[in-house]
Amino acid sequence: MQALAILGNNDTRSGFGAGLLEAGQQDSRVVALCADLTGSLKMDAFKKSFPDRFFQMGIAEANMMGVAAGLATAGKIPFTGTFANFSTGRVYDQIRQSIAYSGKNVKICASHAGVTLGEDGATHQILEDIGLMKMLPGMVVINPCDFNQTKAATIAIAKYDGPCYLRFGRPKVPIFTAPDQEFIIGKAVTIYEGADVSIFCTGHLVWKSIQAAQALSEKGISAEVINIHTIKPLDEKAVLDSARKTRCVVTAEEHMYNGGLGDSISQLLSRNLPTPVEYVGVNDTFGESGTPDQLMAKYHLDVADVVAAAEKAISRKS
Amino acid sequence: MPNTSELQNISSQVRRDIVRMVHAVQSGHPGGSLGCADYLTALYFKIMDIKPNAFTQEGLNEDVFFLSNGHISPVFYSVLARSGYFPVSELSTFRKLNSRLQGHPTTHEGLPGVRIATGSLGQGLSVACGMAEAKKLNGDDHIVYVTVGDGELQEGQNWEAIMYAGHRKLNNIIVAVDYNKQQIDGNVIDIMSFTELRKKFEAFSWQVLEMNGNDMQDILDTNAKAQSMRSEGKPIVILMRTEMGFGVDFMMGSHEWHGIAPNDEQLARALNQLPETLGDY
Repeated sequence: MQALAILGNNDTRSGFGAGLLEAGQQDSRVVALCADLTGSLKMDAFKKSFPDRFFQMGIAEANMMGVAAGLATAGKIPFTGTFANFSTGRVYDQIRQSIAYSGKNVKICASHAGVTLGEDGATHQILEDIGLMKMLPGMVVINPCDFNQTKAATIAIAKYDGPCYLRFGRPKVPIFTAPDQEFIIGKAVTIYEGADVSIFCTGHLVWKSIQAAQALSEKGISAEVINIHTIKPLDEKAVLDSARKTRCVVTAEEHMYNGGLGDSISQLLSRNLPTPVEYVGVNDTFGESGTPDQLMAKYHLDVADVVAAAEKAISRKS
Repeated sequence: MPNTSELQNISSQVRRDIVRMVHAVQSGHPGGSLGCADYLTALYFKIMDIKPNAFTQEGLNEDVFFLSNGHISPVFYSVLARSGYFPVSELSTFRKLNSRLQGHPTTHEGLPGVRIATGSLGQGLSVACGMAEAKKLNGDDHIVYVTVGDGELQEGQNWEAIMYAGHRKLNNIIVAVDYNKQQIDGNVIDIMSFTELRKKFEAFSWQVLEMNGNDMQDILDTNAKAQSMRSEGKPIVILMRTEMGFGVDFMMGSHEWHGIAPNDEQLARALNQLPETLGDY
């Protein structure tokens, strides 16, 4: 199995910041709003380049979502920036009524998602955000895997007309997707083709799954790794084609089982192609303080967990 | 452009529409709708510079209105239809299956004149701030009008928006607080009182006016004053005293008619007090 070239190491939030700047250069309708986390969200470059199109909202996220909806009504393309917890759960009804139900072209951009936020602990480590957002009719939900893909996704959602939730993270992680790649919303990316098990992964778990596939290869197991960067709309054809071939599935995400990618894939498979599914994710518990690496290990989101899930999925094949 | 007495005639028809709409489906919110009938009539038939026959979501180069207290949808729908946004006959579909006139206003069904869904309270003022920011970015000097309920001010998001608009000096926003002092469970002062509303707004760097929202001449005079105050570079709020149920004697002055519909006999009594001036739908 060919190892992927590592092109660098950076956080996905910096990919967002770079993408936001480029989207702003491409389209003067792009505006940005931030709730007192400009540095954390890497929105400084946009703010510096377009000071009149940057809105400092203070620590008032509910108002931020409403102001974004108003800007979108007037034809602007607003990007909101705060941590994932404050981008979703804190403002769910504002998003539901003023953005989703109202059909507003707002891009909800959420950093520090999942346990890799680290030492701040469970108050800030949301693991429910994908579920919250994907339940809203019409909401696009995207969780890219590295700097390059997050940048490309940010540029892509600026060109898409409709509400989007873009989820990314805090820690520096390997860059392994191409710079200036084309990002197609709703189109899964096959990283490795394989015959024995399908690993559908998203966000930070994509790199973990790539490493797991290499470990499985050494055991003689051929894993197919598919990056589901867009959880909604789900690339149903990619999932069904792969599951039909391998006849067993692993889902891997830095999120709750409930409401996550695994949920979406299980629902699709149970309706169309009943297949054994093993989940790598967090099972109905809150996170805690620790380093990102410690937390990924403790909460069973690591390479070994993907490997074990793959082996178990294979053992369940009929 | 209608004069004061012509506006009063229009608001009488709007009030007829309200009670007939609510009666027809035996649901909806007549009390606050009747209380705000004069102000919304004045906005849509005299004060606002609008393009009812060429509605766009963007509202570029025209005034725009947001109804934050979305439950008074009957009055909103009536003035929209009567001012030409959609056929008056469509008022008969209010709250019925497959209607564009949902219980609370929404953009979801594509009803011209509506730019945001409201109903879950406290969100309209934030949206208005966004529209006001966009107008400033676009060099469009038109005004964003908003109504919020007085009880609605118990929702904390309003105060985020009030703080924001003051900080940003959004002098292109004119908010009317429907100050009828009633909410579902009783008097606002008993449920969750907010004393010194004028001082609260002033503390957030707003300019504050007061008016009788059921006096058409006072509405026009106060609005003219509000326009002249824009040069101060601050957002403007009008504390608009209204009477819930105004125009229908047995509905006035009580929260009892916040969200219940008149029966056949009560409808007849109400319509007897409200001259038909433009023709019922």
